[in-house]
Amino acid sequence: MFTPNKEIPKTIYTSAGFLTFIIFLVIWSVLTYGGVVNALFLPTPTTVLATAIDLFANGSLLSDIGISFSRVLVGFLVAAAIGIPLGILMGSLRIMEGAFEPIIGFIRYMPASAFIPLLILWIGLGEAEKMSVIFLGTFFQLTLMIMDVTKNVQNELIEVSYTLGAKKVQLFTKVILPAALPGIVDTLRITFGWAWTYLVVAEIVGASSGLGYMIMQASRFLQPDKIIVGIIIIGLLGLLTDMIFKAIYRASFSWMRKDGL
Amino acid sequence: MVSPHTMNGEKESVHMGKPKLEIKDVGKIFKTKTGETTALEKTSFTISEGEFVTILGPSGCGKSTVLRIVAGLEEATSGHVLLDGEAIHGPGPDRGMVFQSYTLYPWLTVKENITFGLKLNGVSQKERDDVARHYLQLIGLEGFEKHYPIQLSGGMKQRVAIARALANDPKILLMDEPFGALDAQTRNIMQEVLLKAWDESKKTILFITHDVDESIFLADSVYVMTARPGRLKKKVPIQLDRPREFSVKGTTEFAQYKEELLSLIREESLKSI
Ligand SMILES: Nc1ncnc2c1ncn2[C@@H]1O[C@H](COP(=O)(O)OP(=O)(O)O)[C@@H](O)[C@H]1O
Ligand SMILES: [Mg+2]
Repeated sequence: MFTPNKEIPKTIYTSAGFLTFIIFLVIWSVLTYGGVVNALFLPTPTTVLATAIDLFANGSLLSDIGISFSRVLVGFLVAAAIGIPLGILMGSLRIMEGAFEPIIGFIRYMPASAFIPLLILWIGLGEAEKMSVIFLGTFFQLTLMIMDVTKNVQNELIEVSYTLGAKKVQLFTKVILPAALPGIVDTLRITFGWAWTYLVVAEIVGASSGLGYMIMQASRFLQPDKIIVGIIIIGLLGLLTDMIFKAIYRASFSWMRKDGL
Repeated sequence: MVSPHTMNGEKESVHMGKPKLEIKDVGKIFKTKTGETTALEKTSFTISEGEFVTILGPSGCGKSTVLRIVAGLEEATSGHVLLDGEAIHGPGPDRGMVFQSYTLYPWLTVKENITFGLKLNGVSQKERDDVARHYLQLIGLEGFEKHYPIQLSGGMKQRVAIARALANDPKILLMDEPFGALDAQTRNIMQEVLLKAWDESKKTILFITHDVDESIFLADSVYVMTARPGRLKKKVPIQLDRPREFSVKGTTEFAQYKEELLSLIREESLKSI
Protein backbone atom coordinates (compact mmCIF):
# COMPACT_ATOMS: atom_id res chain seq x y z
CA MET A 1 0.00 0.00 0.00
CA PHE A 2 2.96 2.29 0.51
CA THR A 3 4.97 1.31 -2.56
CA PRO A 4 5.37 4.32 -4.90
CA ASN A 5 3.20 4.22 -8.03
CA LYS A 6 1.62 0.89 -7.09
CA GLU A 7 -2.08 0.56 -7.80
CA ILE A 8 -4.38 0.00 -4.81
CA PRO A 9 -7.99 -1.28 -4.74
CA LYS A 10 -10.56 1.41 -5.60
CA THR A 11 -12.41 0.94 -2.29
CA ILE A 12 -9.30 1.74 -0.28
CA TYR A 13 -8.61 4.72 -2.51
CA THR A 14 -12.12 6.14 -1.97
CA SER A 15 -12.11 5.33 1.74
CA ALA A 16 -8.89 7.25 2.19
CA GLY A 17 -10.60 10.33 0.75
CA PHE A 18 -13.56 9.97 3.07
CA LEU A 19 -11.30 9.42 6.05
CA THR A 20 -9.53 12.72 5.43
CA PHE A 21 -12.88 14.52 5.39
CA ILE A 22 -13.97 12.82 8.58
CA ILE A 23 -10.74 13.67 10.37
CA PHE A 24 -11.25 17.26 9.29
CA LEU A 25 -14.80 17.23 10.69
CA VAL A 26 -13.64 15.61 13.93
CA ILE A 27 -11.01 18.30 14.50
CA TRP A 28 -13.59 20.98 13.76
CA SER A 29 -16.04 19.36 16.21
CA VAL A 30 -13.49 18.97 18.99
CA LEU A 31 -12.46 22.61 18.63
CA THR A 32 -16.03 23.91 18.70
CA TYR A 33 -18.13 21.53 20.82
CA GLY A 34 -15.19 21.16 23.17
CA GLY A 35 -15.20 24.92 23.62
CA VAL A 36 -11.55 25.22 22.68
CA VAL A 37 -12.25 28.24 20.47
CA ASN A 38 -14.78 31.01 20.85
CA ALA A 39 -18.01 30.38 18.88
CA LEU A 40 -17.78 33.97 17.71
CA PHE A 41 -14.79 33.02 15.59
CA LEU A 42 -15.56 29.42 14.69
CA PRO A 43 -19.15 28.15 14.91
CA THR A 44 -20.03 24.48 15.34
CA PRO A 45 -20.78 22.26 12.32
CA THR A 46 -24.44 22.12 13.36
CA THR A 47 -24.71 25.90 13.49
CA VAL A 48 -23.20 26.14 10.01
CA LEU A 49 -25.61 23.50 8.72
CA ALA A 50 -28.59 25.28 10.30
CA THR A 51 -27.47 28.60 8.81
CA ALA A 52 -27.07 26.96 5.39
CA ILE A 53 -30.59 25.54 5.51
CA ASP A 54 -31.98 28.83 6.70
CA LEU A 55 -30.20 30.77 3.96
CA PHE A 56 -31.44 28.41 1.31
CA ALA A 57 -35.00 28.52 2.60
CA ASN A 58 -35.38 32.14 3.58
CA GLY A 59 -32.40 34.08 2.31
CA SER A 60 -31.21 35.04 -1.10
CA LEU A 61 -28.64 32.25 -1.27
CA LEU A 62 -30.00 30.64 -4.42
CA SER A 63 -30.08 33.89 -6.33
CA ASP A 64 -26.60 34.73 -4.99
CA ILE A 65 -25.34 31.42 -6.34
CA GLY A 66 -27.01 32.12 -9.67
CA ILE A 67 -25.53 35.59 -10.05
CA SER A 68 -22.06 34.47 -8.97
CA PHE A 69 -22.18 31.50 -11.29
CA SER A 70 -23.14 33.66 -14.24
CA ARG A 71 -20.29 36.08 -13.50
CA VAL A 72 -17.73 33.31 -13.29
CA LEU A 73 -19.12 31.58 -16.34
CA VAL A 74 -19.25 34.61 -18.62
CA GLY A 75 -15.85 35.93 -17.52
CA PHE A 76 -14.35 32.53 -18.05
CA LEU A 77 -16.07 31.88 -21.39
CA VAL A 78 -14.79 35.14 -22.80
CA ALA A 79 -11.29 34.28 -21.57
CA ALA A 80 -11.55 30.84 -23.20
CA ALA A 81 -13.05 32.18 -26.42
CA ILE A 82 -10.05 34.46 -26.92
CA GLY A 83 -7.42 32.40 -25.10
CA ILE A 84 -7.93 29.11 -26.95
CA PRO A 85 -7.44 30.39 -30.51
CA LEU A 86 -4.70 32.76 -29.41
CA GLY A 87 -2.91 30.05 -27.44
CA ILE A 88 -3.10 27.63 -30.37
CA LEU A 89 -1.68 30.23 -32.73
CA MET A 90 1.08 31.10 -30.26
CA GLY A 91 1.91 27.43 -29.85
CA SER A 92 2.22 26.81 -33.57
CA LEU A 93 3.34 30.07 -35.17
CA ARG A 94 6.65 31.43 -33.89
CA ILE A 95 5.66 34.94 -34.98
CA MET A 96 2.58 34.85 -32.75
CA GLU A 97 4.60 33.49 -29.86
CA GLY A 98 7.20 36.19 -30.36
CA ALA A 99 4.54 38.88 -30.46
CA PHE A 100 2.37 37.85 -27.50
CA GLU A 101 4.38 35.68 -25.14
CA PRO A 102 6.42 38.53 -23.61
CA ILE A 103 3.46 40.80 -22.89
CA ILE A 104 1.25 38.00 -21.56
CA GLY A 105 4.10 36.67 -19.46
CA PHE A 106 4.44 40.19 -18.04
CA ILE A 107 0.78 40.91 -17.34
CA ARG A 108 0.06 37.54 -15.77
CA TYR A 109 2.14 38.45 -12.74
CA MET A 110 0.04 41.53 -12.10
CA PRO A 111 -2.67 40.73 -9.56
CA ALA A 112 -6.15 40.87 -11.07
CA SER A 113 -7.43 42.62 -7.95
CA ALA A 114 -5.11 45.56 -8.57
CA PHE A 115 -6.96 46.25 -11.80
CA ILE A 116 -10.29 46.69 -10.04
CA PRO A 117 -9.92 50.45 -9.44
CA LEU A 118 -9.02 50.91 -13.10
CA LEU A 119 -11.89 48.73 -14.25
CA ILE A 120 -14.29 50.73 -12.15
CA LEU A 121 -13.01 53.93 -13.72
CA TRP A 122 -13.32 52.50 -17.18
CA ILE A 123 -16.51 50.49 -17.12
CA GLY A 124 -18.21 51.34 -13.86
CA LEU A 125 -19.56 49.04 -11.18
CA GLY A 126 -21.84 46.83 -13.24
CA GLU A 127 -21.71 43.19 -14.21
CA ALA A 128 -19.08 43.83 -16.89
CA GLU A 129 -16.63 44.94 -14.23
CA LYS A 130 -17.13 41.76 -12.16
CA MET A 131 -16.76 39.57 -15.20
CA SER A 132 -13.68 41.48 -16.26
CA VAL A 133 -11.98 40.59 -13.00
CA ILE A 134 -12.66 36.90 -13.63
CA PHE A 135 -11.43 37.38 -17.18
CA LEU A 136 -8.21 39.06 -16.06
CA GLY A 137 -7.65 36.39 -13.44
CA THR A 138 -7.82 33.52 -15.92
CA PHE A 139 -7.14 34.72 -19.44
CA PHE A 140 -3.35 35.09 -19.32
CA GLN A 141 -2.62 31.79 -17.60
CA LEU A 142 -5.10 30.01 -19.81
CA THR A 143 -3.56 31.35 -22.99
CA LEU A 144 -0.04 30.38 -21.96
CA MET A 145 -1.18 26.90 -20.94
CA ILE A 146 -2.96 26.39 -24.27
CA MET A 147 0.22 27.53 -25.99
CA ASP A 148 2.22 24.88 -24.16
CA VAL A 149 -0.32 22.19 -24.93
CA THR A 150 -0.14 23.11 -28.61
CA LYS A 151 3.64 23.12 -28.61
CA ASN A 152 3.61 19.60 -27.26
CA VAL A 153 1.86 18.26 -30.34
CA GLN A 154 4.39 15.81 -31.81
CA ASN A 155 6.29 17.58 -34.56
CA GLU A 156 6.40 14.48 -36.75
CA LEU A 157 2.62 14.29 -36.65
CA ILE A 158 2.59 17.70 -38.28
CA GLU A 159 5.30 16.74 -40.76
CA VAL A 160 3.57 13.55 -41.80
CA SER A 161 0.40 15.57 -42.34
CA TYR A 162 2.20 17.78 -44.83
CA THR A 163 3.34 14.70 -46.73
CA LEU A 164 -0.28 13.55 -46.80
CA GLY A 165 -1.22 16.79 -48.51
CA ALA A 166 -2.53 18.87 -45.61
CA LYS A 167 -2.84 22.58 -46.41
CA LYS A 168 -2.06 25.15 -43.72
CA VAL A 169 -5.65 25.65 -42.60
CA GLN A 170 -6.29 21.91 -42.62
CA LEU A 171 -3.22 21.46 -40.48
CA PHE A 172 -4.86 23.56 -37.78
CA THR A 173 -8.35 22.14 -38.05
CA LYS A 174 -7.57 18.48 -38.78
CA VAL A 175 -4.31 17.91 -36.94
CA ILE A 176 -3.21 20.48 -34.37
CA LEU A 177 -6.65 21.13 -32.88
CA PRO A 178 -7.69 17.49 -32.43
CA ALA A 179 -4.21 16.57 -31.18
CA ALA A 180 -4.27 19.37 -28.62
CA LEU A 181 -7.93 18.97 -27.65
CA PRO A 182 -7.47 16.72 -24.60
CA GLY A 183 -4.89 19.13 -23.23
CA ILE A 184 -7.19 22.05 -23.99
CA VAL A 185 -10.11 20.52 -22.09
CA ASP A 186 -7.81 19.78 -19.17
CA THR A 187 -6.52 23.35 -19.21
CA LEU A 188 -10.10 24.65 -19.17
CA ARG A 189 -10.87 22.44 -16.19
CA ILE A 190 -7.92 23.78 -14.21
CA THR A 191 -8.42 27.44 -15.12
CA PHE A 192 -12.16 27.27 -14.44
CA GLY A 193 -11.18 26.22 -10.95
CA TRP A 194 -9.06 29.35 -10.67
CA ALA A 195 -11.95 31.46 -11.94
CA TRP A 196 -13.89 30.54 -8.80
CA THR A 197 -11.07 31.74 -6.61
CA TYR A 198 -11.32 35.20 -8.22
CA LEU A 199 -15.02 35.42 -7.48
CA VAL A 200 -14.71 36.89 -3.99
CA VAL A 201 -12.16 39.40 -5.23
CA ALA A 202 -14.55 40.42 -7.99
CA GLU A 203 -17.44 40.86 -5.56
CA ILE A 204 -15.60 42.71 -2.81
CA VAL A 205 -16.06 46.14 -4.31
CA GLY A 206 -19.32 47.62 -5.49
CA ALA A 207 -21.34 44.43 -5.48
CA SER A 208 -24.83 44.10 -4.01
CA SER A 209 -25.33 40.43 -4.72
CA GLY A 210 -23.42 37.20 -5.14
CA LEU A 211 -21.60 34.81 -2.86
CA GLY A 212 -18.60 37.10 -2.46
CA TYR A 213 -20.90 39.94 -1.45
CA MET A 214 -22.66 37.66 1.03
CA ILE A 215 -19.31 36.71 2.57
CA MET A 216 -18.22 40.34 2.87
CA GLN A 217 -21.52 41.31 4.45
CA ALA A 218 -21.29 38.44 6.93
CA SER A 219 -17.81 39.58 7.87
CA ARG A 220 -19.11 43.07 8.57
CA PHE A 221 -21.89 41.72 10.83
CA LEU A 222 -19.66 39.16 12.55
CA GLN A 223 -21.45 36.07 11.19
CA PRO A 224 -18.71 33.43 10.78
CA ASP A 225 -21.31 30.72 10.14
CA LYS A 226 -22.49 32.61 7.05
CA ILE A 227 -18.94 33.10 5.87
CA ILE A 228 -18.26 29.39 6.18
CA VAL A 229 -21.46 28.53 4.29
CA GLY A 230 -20.35 30.85 1.50
CA ILE A 231 -16.88 29.36 1.35
CA ILE A 232 -18.18 25.80 1.33
CA ILE A 233 -20.64 26.58 -1.44
CA ILE A 234 -17.94 28.11 -3.61
CA GLY A 235 -15.86 25.01 -2.98
CA LEU A 236 -18.73 22.74 -3.92
CA LEU A 237 -19.47 24.70 -7.09
CA GLY A 238 -15.81 24.47 -8.04
CA LEU A 239 -15.83 20.75 -7.38
CA LEU A 240 -18.98 20.35 -9.44
CA THR A 241 -17.57 22.12 -12.49
CA ASP A 242 -14.36 20.12 -12.12
CA MET A 243 -16.39 16.92 -12.21
CA ILE A 244 -18.32 18.11 -15.25
CA PHE A 245 -15.08 18.77 -17.12
CA LYS A 246 -13.72 15.37 -16.12
CA ALA A 247 -16.90 13.75 -17.41
CA ILE A 248 -16.61 15.63 -20.69
CA TYR A 249 -12.99 14.53 -20.95
CA ARG A 250 -13.86 10.90 -20.33
CA ALA A 251 -16.73 10.94 -22.78
CA SER A 252 -14.83 12.72 -25.55
CA PHE A 253 -11.48 11.00 -25.54
CA SER A 254 -12.17 7.29 -25.39
CA TRP A 255 -9.43 6.89 -28.01
CA MET A 256 -6.90 7.57 -25.26
CA ARG A 257 -7.81 4.40 -23.42
CA LYS A 258 -6.80 0.91 -24.43
CA ASP A 259 -10.18 -0.56 -23.57
CA GLY A 260 -11.87 2.19 -25.62
CA LEU A 261 -14.52 2.58 -22.90
CA MET B 1 22.36 3.53 -63.60
CA VAL B 2 23.27 0.71 -65.97
CA SER B 3 24.20 -2.37 -64.04
CA PRO B 4 26.91 -4.67 -65.38
CA HIS B 5 24.84 -7.66 -64.34
CA THR B 6 21.79 -8.30 -66.46
CA MET B 7 20.89 -11.87 -65.72
CA ASN B 8 18.47 -11.28 -62.91
CA GLY B 9 14.72 -11.41 -63.24
CA GLU B 10 12.30 -9.22 -65.13
CA LYS B 11 11.79 -6.82 -62.28
CA GLU B 12 15.35 -5.61 -62.44
CA SER B 13 15.07 -4.70 -66.09
CA VAL B 14 11.89 -2.74 -65.39
CA HIS B 15 13.92 -0.61 -63.00
CA MET B 16 16.31 0.42 -65.66
CA GLY B 17 13.56 2.72 -66.88
CA LYS B 18 13.44 6.47 -66.61
CA PRO B 19 14.77 8.23 -63.53
CA LYS B 20 12.09 8.81 -60.89
CA LEU B 21 14.08 10.74 -58.35
CA GLU B 22 17.25 12.67 -59.10
CA ILE B 23 19.37 14.04 -56.30
CA LYS B 24 21.93 16.45 -57.65
CA ASP B 25 24.77 17.83 -55.54
CA VAL B 26 22.51 18.00 -52.51
CA GLY B 27 24.34 19.12 -49.39
CA LYS B 28 23.23 20.29 -45.97
CA ILE B 29 24.91 22.43 -43.38
CA PHE B 30 23.13 23.03 -40.10
CA LYS B 31 23.82 26.23 -38.26
CA THR B 32 23.93 25.59 -34.54
CA LYS B 33 24.93 27.46 -31.42
CA THR B 34 28.34 25.84 -31.49
CA GLY B 35 28.96 26.61 -35.15
CA GLU B 36 28.18 24.83 -38.37
CA THR B 37 27.57 21.11 -38.75
CA THR B 38 27.96 19.58 -42.17
CA ALA B 39 25.31 16.88 -42.03
CA LEU B 40 25.58 15.99 -45.68
CA GLU B 41 28.32 16.62 -48.19
CA LYS B 42 27.34 17.20 -51.79
CA THR B 43 25.65 14.01 -52.81
CA SER B 44 24.16 12.83 -56.09
CA PHE B 45 22.23 9.74 -57.01
CA THR B 46 19.28 8.66 -59.09
CA ILE B 47 16.44 6.28 -58.37
CA SER B 48 14.56 4.61 -61.21
CA GLU B 49 10.82 4.17 -61.51
CA GLY B 50 9.70 1.26 -59.33
CA GLU B 51 13.09 0.77 -57.74
CA PHE B 52 13.56 -0.15 -54.09
CA VAL B 53 16.61 1.68 -52.76
CA THR B 54 17.94 1.42 -49.24
CA ILE B 55 20.43 3.79 -47.70
CA LEU B 56 22.69 2.18 -45.14
CA GLY B 57 24.96 4.04 -42.80
CA PRO B 58 26.08 4.51 -39.21
CA SER B 59 23.90 6.69 -37.04
CA GLY B 60 24.43 10.41 -37.35
CA CYS B 61 25.80 10.14 -40.89
CA GLY B 62 23.00 12.17 -42.45
CA LYS B 63 20.55 9.50 -43.63
CA SER B 64 17.53 11.23 -42.17
CA THR B 65 18.77 14.52 -43.55
CA VAL B 66 18.77 13.17 -47.12
CA LEU B 67 15.30 11.79 -46.70
CA ARG B 68 13.93 14.93 -45.11
CA ILE B 69 15.32 17.02 -47.93
CA VAL B 70 13.63 14.77 -50.48
CA ALA B 71 10.41 14.99 -48.46
CA GLY B 72 10.71 18.78 -48.49
CA LEU B 73 10.76 18.94 -44.69
CA GLU B 74 14.29 20.31 -44.72
CA GLU B 75 15.83 22.68 -47.23
CA ALA B 76 19.07 21.69 -48.88
CA THR B 77 21.96 24.12 -48.51
CA SER B 78 23.08 23.26 -52.02
CA GLY B 79 21.89 21.29 -55.02
CA HIS B 80 18.41 20.25 -55.96
CA VAL B 81 15.99 17.35 -56.00
CA LEU B 82 13.99 16.40 -59.09
CA LEU B 83 10.94 14.18 -58.96
CA ASP B 84 9.83 13.06 -62.42
CA GLY B 85 12.12 15.74 -63.77
CA GLU B 86 10.55 18.57 -61.78
CA ALA B 87 12.15 20.37 -58.85
CA ILE B 88 10.43 19.83 -55.52
CA HIS B 89 9.24 22.73 -53.39
CA GLY B 90 8.41 21.93 -49.79
CA PRO B 91 6.52 18.87 -48.63
CA GLY B 92 3.66 17.46 -50.68
CA PRO B 93 1.44 14.43 -51.17
CA ASP B 94 3.55 13.21 -54.12
CA ARG B 95 6.17 12.07 -51.57
CA GLY B 96 4.72 9.82 -48.87
CA MET B 97 6.60 9.42 -45.63
CA VAL B 98 6.83 6.83 -42.88
CA PHE B 99 8.76 7.77 -39.75
CA GLN B 100 10.40 5.56 -37.18
CA SER B 101 8.33 7.06 -34.41
CA TYR B 102 4.64 6.24 -34.46
CA THR B 103 2.83 9.04 -36.20
CA LEU B 104 -0.72 7.75 -36.52
CA TYR B 105 -3.48 10.18 -35.57
CA PRO B 106 -4.46 8.76 -32.17
CA TRP B 107 -7.99 10.17 -32.33
CA LEU B 108 -8.77 8.45 -35.63
CA THR B 109 -9.56 4.80 -36.24
CA VAL B 110 -7.30 2.62 -38.36
CA LYS B 111 -9.57 3.13 -41.31
CA GLU B 112 -9.77 6.90 -40.84
CA ASN B 113 -5.99 7.03 -40.53
CA ILE B 114 -5.52 5.16 -43.79
CA THR B 115 -7.87 7.46 -45.68
CA PHE B 116 -6.79 10.69 -43.99
CA GLY B 117 -4.98 12.07 -47.03
CA LEU B 118 -7.85 11.16 -49.34
CA LYS B 119 -10.33 12.91 -47.09
CA LEU B 120 -8.20 16.06 -47.08
CA ASN B 121 -8.46 15.98 -50.84
CA GLY B 122 -12.23 15.63 -50.80
CA VAL B 123 -12.36 12.04 -52.09
CA SER B 124 -15.87 10.62 -51.63
CA GLN B 125 -16.77 8.37 -48.72
CA LYS B 126 -17.48 5.46 -51.03
CA GLU B 127 -14.14 5.67 -52.76
CA ARG B 128 -12.40 6.01 -49.40
CA ASP B 129 -14.14 2.88 -48.17
CA ASP B 130 -12.89 0.98 -51.21
CA VAL B 131 -9.32 2.20 -50.79
CA ALA B 132 -9.37 1.43 -47.08
CA ARG B 133 -10.64 -2.09 -47.70
CA HIS B 134 -7.93 -2.70 -50.25
CA TYR B 135 -5.08 -1.54 -48.02
CA LEU B 136 -6.41 -3.18 -44.87
CA GLN B 137 -6.28 -6.42 -46.80
CA LEU B 138 -2.84 -5.67 -48.24
CA ILE B 139 -1.27 -5.06 -44.84
CA GLY B 140 -3.19 -7.87 -43.19
CA LEU B 141 -5.26 -5.81 -40.79
CA GLU B 142 -8.80 -6.74 -41.82
CA GLY B 143 -11.04 -6.63 -38.81
CA PHE B 144 -9.03 -3.83 -37.20
CA GLU B 145 -10.52 -0.92 -39.14
CA LYS B 146 -12.45 0.39 -36.14
CA HIS B 147 -9.55 0.09 -33.71
CA TYR B 148 -7.74 3.14 -32.41
CA PRO B 149 -3.92 3.34 -32.60
CA ILE B 150 -3.54 2.92 -28.83
CA GLN B 151 -5.04 -0.53 -29.20
CA LEU B 152 -2.43 -1.65 -31.75
CA SER B 153 1.03 -3.16 -31.33
CA GLY B 154 4.05 -1.32 -32.72
CA GLY B 155 4.16 -3.52 -35.82
CA MET B 156 0.48 -2.96 -36.50
CA LYS B 157 0.89 0.79 -36.15
CA GLN B 158 3.65 0.80 -38.76
CA ARG B 159 1.51 -1.32 -41.08
CA VAL B 160 -1.17 1.33 -40.84
CA ALA B 161 1.40 4.08 -41.41
CA ILE B 162 2.55 2.29 -44.58
CA ALA B 163 -1.03 1.83 -45.74
CA ARG B 164 -1.81 5.49 -45.02
CA ALA B 165 1.14 6.62 -47.13
CA LEU B 166 0.32 4.23 -50.00
CA ALA B 167 -3.41 5.00 -49.98
CA ASN B 168 -2.50 8.56 -50.92
CA ASP B 169 -0.88 7.19 -54.09
CA PRO B 170 2.42 9.11 -53.83
CA LYS B 171 5.01 9.01 -56.61
CA ILE B 172 7.62 7.82 -54.15
CA LEU B 173 7.52 6.38 -50.66
CA LEU B 174 10.14 7.66 -48.20
CA MET B 175 10.81 5.55 -45.13
CA ASP B 176 13.09 6.60 -42.27
CA GLU B 177 14.04 3.50 -40.28
CA PRO B 178 10.36 2.58 -40.04
CA PHE B 179 11.06 -0.72 -38.30
CA GLY B 180 13.81 0.63 -36.06
CA ALA B 181 11.71 0.54 -32.91
CA LEU B 182 10.38 -2.98 -33.47
CA ASP B 183 11.68 -6.23 -32.06
CA ALA B 184 13.62 -8.57 -34.38
CA GLN B 185 10.72 -10.98 -35.05
CA THR B 186 8.26 -8.23 -35.88
CA ARG B 187 10.87 -6.47 -37.96
CA ASN B 188 11.34 -9.57 -40.15
CA ILE B 189 7.62 -9.90 -40.68
CA MET B 190 7.28 -6.21 -41.47
CA GLN B 191 9.97 -6.49 -44.13
CA GLU B 192 7.92 -9.16 -45.87
CA VAL B 193 4.74 -7.13 -45.51
CA LEU B 194 6.51 -4.17 -47.09
CA LEU B 195 7.89 -6.18 -50.00
CA LYS B 196 4.42 -7.49 -50.69
CA ALA B 197 2.99 -3.98 -50.64
CA TRP B 198 5.78 -2.75 -52.89
CA ASP B 199 5.28 -5.58 -55.36
CA GLU B 200 1.58 -4.92 -55.50
CA SER B 201 1.73 -1.12 -55.65
CA LYS B 202 4.77 -0.86 -57.96
CA LYS B 203 5.91 2.16 -55.99
CA THR B 204 9.39 3.63 -55.95
CA ILE B 205 10.75 3.36 -52.41
CA LEU B 206 13.64 5.09 -50.69
CA PHE B 207 14.22 3.31 -47.40
CA ILE B 208 16.68 4.21 -44.68
CA THR B 209 18.14 1.74 -42.24
CA HIS B 210 21.24 0.98 -40.23
CA ASP B 211 20.42 -2.74 -40.29
CA VAL B 212 22.56 -4.55 -42.87
CA ASP B 213 20.25 -7.59 -43.26
CA GLU B 214 17.28 -5.32 -43.75
CA SER B 215 19.03 -3.25 -46.39
CA ILE B 216 19.93 -6.35 -48.44
CA PHE B 217 16.65 -8.17 -48.05
CA LEU B 218 14.57 -5.24 -49.27
CA ALA B 219 16.69 -3.53 -51.87
CA ASP B 220 17.41 -3.50 -55.55
CA SER B 221 20.31 -1.23 -54.64
CA VAL B 222 21.95 -0.45 -51.33
CA TYR B 223 23.70 2.89 -50.98
CA VAL B 224 26.30 2.90 -48.25
CA MET B 225 26.96 6.25 -46.65
CA THR B 226 30.15 7.45 -45.05
CA ALA B 227 30.35 8.59 -41.46
CA ARG B 228 29.95 12.27 -40.68
CA PRO B 229 29.97 14.33 -42.73
CA GLY B 230 27.76 12.02 -44.75
CA ARG B 231 28.30 11.25 -48.39
CA LEU B 232 27.48 8.28 -50.58
CA LYS B 233 30.35 5.87 -50.44
CA LYS B 234 29.24 3.01 -52.63
CA LYS B 235 26.26 1.64 -54.49
CA VAL B 236 25.81 -2.09 -54.13
CA PRO B 237 23.21 -3.61 -56.48
CA ILE B 238 21.46 -6.58 -54.87
CA GLN B 239 20.81 -9.27 -57.41
CA LEU B 240 18.75 -11.70 -55.39
CA ASP B 241 15.67 -13.15 -57.07
CA ARG B 242 12.27 -11.61 -56.57
CA PRO B 243 9.88 -12.18 -55.01
CA ARG B 244 12.04 -12.69 -51.95
CA GLU B 245 11.11 -14.76 -48.99
CA PHE B 246 12.52 -14.88 -45.52
CA SER B 247 14.59 -17.95 -46.46
CA VAL B 248 16.81 -15.88 -48.77
CA LYS B 249 18.55 -14.60 -45.64
CA GLY B 250 20.08 -18.05 -45.22
CA THR B 251 21.65 -18.26 -48.68
CA THR B 252 25.34 -17.88 -49.43
CA GLU B 253 24.67 -15.02 -51.87
CA PHE B 254 22.98 -13.15 -49.05
CA ALA B 255 25.93 -13.87 -46.78
CA GLN B 256 28.30 -12.51 -49.41
CA TYR B 257 26.38 -9.26 -49.71
CA LYS B 258 26.30 -9.06 -45.98
CA GLU B 259 30.03 -9.49 -45.68
CA GLU B 260 30.67 -6.84 -48.30
CA LEU B 261 28.33 -4.34 -46.69
CA LEU B 262 29.51 -5.12 -43.19
CA SER B 263 33.09 -4.38 -44.06
CA LEU B 264 32.07 -1.15 -45.81
CA ILE B 265 30.00 -0.06 -42.87
CA ARG B 266 32.52 -1.15 -40.27
CA GLU B 267 35.12 1.22 -41.67
CA GLU B 268 32.58 3.99 -41.32
CA SER B 269 31.34 3.02 -37.90
CA LEU B 270 34.89 2.98 -36.61
CA LYS B 271 35.40 6.50 -37.93
CA SER B 272 32.27 7.76 -36.24
CA ILE B 273 33.01 6.40 -32.77
N1 LIG C 1 18.05 20.26 -37.05
C1 LIG C 1 19.37 20.02 -36.87
N2 LIG C 1 20.17 20.96 -36.35
C2 LIG C 1 21.49 20.71 -36.17
N3 LIG C 1 22.10 19.57 -36.48
C3 LIG C 1 21.36 18.59 -36.99
C4 LIG C 1 19.94 18.75 -37.21
N4 LIG C 1 19.45 17.60 -37.72
C5 LIG C 1 20.51 16.77 -37.82
N5 LIG C 1 21.65 17.35 -37.39
C6 LIG C 1 22.98 16.73 -37.37
O1 LIG C 1 23.26 16.27 -38.65
C7 LIG C 1 23.88 15.00 -38.61
C8 LIG C 1 23.10 14.00 -39.40
O2 LIG C 1 21.86 13.75 -38.78
P1 LIG C 1 20.81 12.71 -39.32
O3 LIG C 1 20.56 12.98 -40.75
O4 LIG C 1 19.66 12.74 -38.41
O5 LIG C 1 21.61 11.33 -39.17
P2 LIG C 1 21.09 9.83 -39.25
O6 LIG C 1 19.66 9.83 -39.65
O7 LIG C 1 21.98 9.17 -40.24
O8 LIG C 1 21.29 9.22 -37.90
C9 LIG C 1 23.99 14.64 -37.15
O9 LIG C 1 25.29 14.94 -36.72
C10 LIG C 1 23.00 15.52 -36.47
O10 LIG C 1 23.43 15.84 -35.18
MG1 LIG D 1 17.97 9.16 -38.60
